[in-house]
Amino acid sequence: MTPVDAERTVSLTVNGVPREATVPVRRLLSDALRHDLGLTGTHVGCEHGVCGACTVLVDGAPVRSCLVLAVQVDGRSVRTVEGLARDDGRGGQLLHPVQEAFRECHALQCGFCTPGFLMTIAAGLEARDAAEEISEEEVDDMVGGNLCRCTGYANIKKAVRHAAAAMREDAR
Amino acid sequence: MTTKLFGEPVRRREDARLITGRGRYVDDIGHTALAAAFVRSPHAHARIVDIDVDAALDVEGLVAIYTYEDLTGPLAEPLPVLIPHPQLHAPRTGYPLASGEVNHVGEPVAMVVATDRYVAEDACDRIVVTYEELPAVVGVDAARAARSAVHEEIPDNVAAVHHQETGDVEAALATAPRTLSFTQYIERSASMPLEGKGVHARWDADDGSLRVHTSTQASTSVRAAIAAKLQLSLDQVEVIAPDVGGGFGVKIVHPWPEELLVPMAAIALGREVKWTEDRREHFIGSAHERQQRQEITVGYDDDGRLVALDVHIWHDNGAYTPYGIIVPIVTATQLVGPYVIPTYRVKVESVYTNTVIVTPYRGAGRPQGCYAMERTMDRIADVLGLDRAEVRARNLIRPDQFPYDHHLTFQDGRPVIYDSGDYPGLLDKLKALVGWEDAEAMRRDAEARGTLLGVGMALYVEGTGPGPYEGGHVQVLGSGKVLVSTGLTSQGQGHETVLAQIVATELGVPIEDIEVTTGDTRRFGYAVGTFASRAAVMSGNAVALAARGVREKALRIAADVLEADPGDLEIDEGLVQVRGTPGAAVPLRTVAVLSNPLRYAFDEAARQATQFATHDDSKPPVAEDDEPGLEFRDYYSPLRSTFASGAHAAVVEIDPATFEIDVVRYAVVHDCGNVVNPMIVEGQVHGGVAQGVGGALYERMAYDADGQLQNASFMDFLMPYASEVPDVDIDHQQTPSPLNPLGIKGAGEAGVIPGTAAIASAIEDATGRRITRMPIAPSELFDLVNDESAERTAASARRAGTGTMPAGTMPAGVRTTGVRTTGVRTTGGGA
Ligand code: FES
Ligand code: FES
Repeated sequence: MTPVDAERTVSLTVNGVPREATVPVRRLLSDALRHDLGLTGTHVGCEHGVCGACTVLVDGAPVRSCLVLAVQVDGRSVRTVEGLARDDGRGGQLLHPVQEAFRECHALQCGFCTPGFLMTIAAGLEARDAAEEISEEEVDDMVGGNLCRCTGYANIKKAVRHAAAAMREDAR
Repeated sequence: MTTKLFGEPVRRREDARLITGRGRYVDDIGHTALAAAFVRSPHAHARIVDIDVDAALDVEGLVAIYTYEDLTGPLAEPLPVLIPHPQLHAPRTGYPLASGEVNHVGEPVAMVVATDRYVAEDACDRIVVTYEELPAVVGVDAARAARSAVHEEIPDNVAAVHHQETGDVEAALATAPRTLSFTQYIERSASMPLEGKGVHARWDADDGSLRVHTSTQASTSVRAAIAAKLQLSLDQVEVIAPDVGGGFGVKIVHPWPEELLVPMAAIALGREVKWTEDRREHFIGSAHERQQRQEITVGYDDDGRLVALDVHIWHDNGAYTPYGIIVPIVTATQLVGPYVIPTYRVKVESVYTNTVIVTPYRGAGRPQGCYAMERTMDRIADVLGLDRAEVRARNLIRPDQFPYDHHLTFQDGRPVIYDSGDYPGLLDKLKALVGWEDAEAMRRDAEARGTLLGVGMALYVEGTGPGPYEGGHVQVLGSGKVLVSTGLTSQGQGHETVLAQIVATELGVPIEDIEVTTGDTRRFGYAVGTFASRAAVMSGNAVALAARGVREKALRIAADVLEADPGDLEIDEGLVQVRGTPGAAVPLRTVAVLSNPLRYAFDEAARQATQFATHDDSKPPVAEDDEPGLEFRDYYSPLRSTFASGAHAAVVEIDPATFEIDVVRYAVVHDCGNVVNPMIVEGQVHGGVAQGVGGALYERMAYDADGQLQNASFMDFLMPYASEVPDVDIDHQQTPSPLNPLGIKGAGEAGVIPGTAAIASAIEDATGRRITRMPIAPSELFDLVNDESAERTAASARRAGTGTMPAGTMPAGVRTTGVRTTGVRTTGGGA
């Protein structure tokens, strides 16, 4: 059996950039992202898979990075909140519609849960037909699995509708 | 004018970093720091016989292990009783690391420092602590019974008896036309911010300075505590609250053991040390709130008017009393709510139990007080067969009765004198918003759909913005940038935005030029902290006063330059100009440059202020009563608290098969005086309501009889997800506070206060069963409804046959066997 502190080198793509980290095999992906790769935008609220604050996209799908070992993403592609905005080609950043919507709709207070919500919702919005009007069921589905202690969720739901509407506008 | 931003829903300035992953929370700091982890007591009450660290010494990467034996000087003494009070006759606090005895599961016993957290926890696992178990006291009733003691020297387990009265309550009750008495319970919950606590410390041995980042609500006081406990001079210590992932009260307590031990280790080891609390640690090693047993006797007349109120509360303060009796005092004094109570007596006995300490959680005793008062109103209405809203209306303080003196002493030692309000206005708005008069129709409609519907309401008055003071500093730089700072901390309330709005409005500068810093002792050393909905009132007014100071100075300097009278000048968009004379203007940034007479020109702007560029030989460059720089510091210290108010109503539907309780509508009318940013205030209300619903239906700390917390995870402690939080309808009322320059009252806690009371009332209305224990889970409601001996409301008898639940006989087609829905059951309550 491999001892828990045996080290492995993991190669992965993070936010489009090839990265490498040598980590003990027991290192959680959340810790590897935060502490080995310095991407502290991903937050840890419970470390047992319930709050969703640590959600990142692995090959496009939302994953709770506190429930995944870093070695499990060897060769995969990971997207974190730091990779949600795009370069605008002029040295600035073009926020993702869901980021814009969160600011516009006051969908965050302390911001600790926010990266997890943003990643989950971004994945949800990107996976659907942007031209379709979003339903309340879809909204509930996208926000239903993450905990927020500050906002009471109303404005997060509003932000999802807002982002979906913006993406629908773009899709036309 | 774009600079007049007071009252506008300005989008938040903190969001740009928080939505892009550039926030900076404690655990985001110090990547090369050593990690601390703690060995915590697995027992609720035990003597420590031995601590054997030998096996841990082999762990590769271990740096240090500390136990009580390693603490020296003031660190080896008990933690401070932060808020002493004459009625707290037997205060007790723990030690940073347990000294001989542990009094709750989770109490820290040893600290391990290692190369990373994984290794530190490996070492913790190998430390063997031998305990001799002692009997555990769990729950208010066990503490009262006092068959065993939490602290040996306090055999009755009573830490404090808080007592206030406004007249001879016994005489008043004896002559009251009617009286009724009842007992009710409210369970434990907790703040439970999504970010736990955390501390990072860096010691610079060369200049003997300590820099501590901590996830706190009170950085200036943490700084003073660290200096005192580590025997450093105050100027050697800086404490910074970086971005903080929610607080809700738990982070006002300080110094936490970790806030002292992590800096201690950083100094001893000469290395950066960091500790990040994990979720289980937060459940068992921080603080809880809410648990009380309330015995209430009320005297009233045939119209439902109050004559006298006598309340006896047993309040579970957990193992220690570091935060004094603030929660009991707040319950005792805020209980009276918006009502005229001719004679009032309250006694709160604060008792020790072998559980996590009880300190303020958003509401800080107010939800309990509201629960006591509002459920009393419901009972009076029930006995008299009156509308619950009508009974309340008959007892409200009228708008012409302000300032209204309750003849009580508040948590700040000041009198409870309500500054302003319009409580009948709140009630009318609430009834309209929720459709109170249509309740019967709603009920019939629900019945036709096969569910039981009930409505409930609760009103509150919330003392906000207590002193002693907060300060603000505003400085205009030569670049035009305006730096604003206050010592008070932020945990997501949007202070950067709100304070910038206030300064933009007061000073007449674009908000984009303003940079706000909170909770950083390097920038502002004098502060109290963020609690009791005081940030906007205290720091808001302080920065407004500071901005007014800057404005006055700017006008004076500009008047010289423009050869005008200061009274003819105005500042708009960062330009000081002669009113009505276009062109006669000087930018504020130039005024800032001129405010600081220079010898050396280090850049183009500075050149304007050098000694050969300015010519007025008649005066010294800096006038006698003046000082260089365009900056001003001021403080706001109120005579007493402001009093915000509000009214909530809940409509619940109960599934007669599963007993699932669904809050289908929730209405809020609130009044927090003048509003700086309505978007942010509504956000506070939404968040508070979610916590109120959580507290009423889902959240409780499930201690077993041995003092083990059975649900110390997010899996088992049921914090609401979006699916549990109702849509909230909000209406506003504004009665400005006459007590402060901006006319504002606090808004932070309001949303949570009436939730338990309103929802209990609604469930009682729906089921016809008296609700005396909150929160209530579906399984408990099932048992209550099926208990033949459970008390029925008089209203249900009057309404007999119209949809109230009879015991045992469920509506046709509903199977009751095997129905046990979610909700963690507990033995740690009053039972
Ligand atoms: S931190 Fe991963 S789900 Fe909570
Ligand atoms: S914004 Fe604080 S937890 Fe969601």
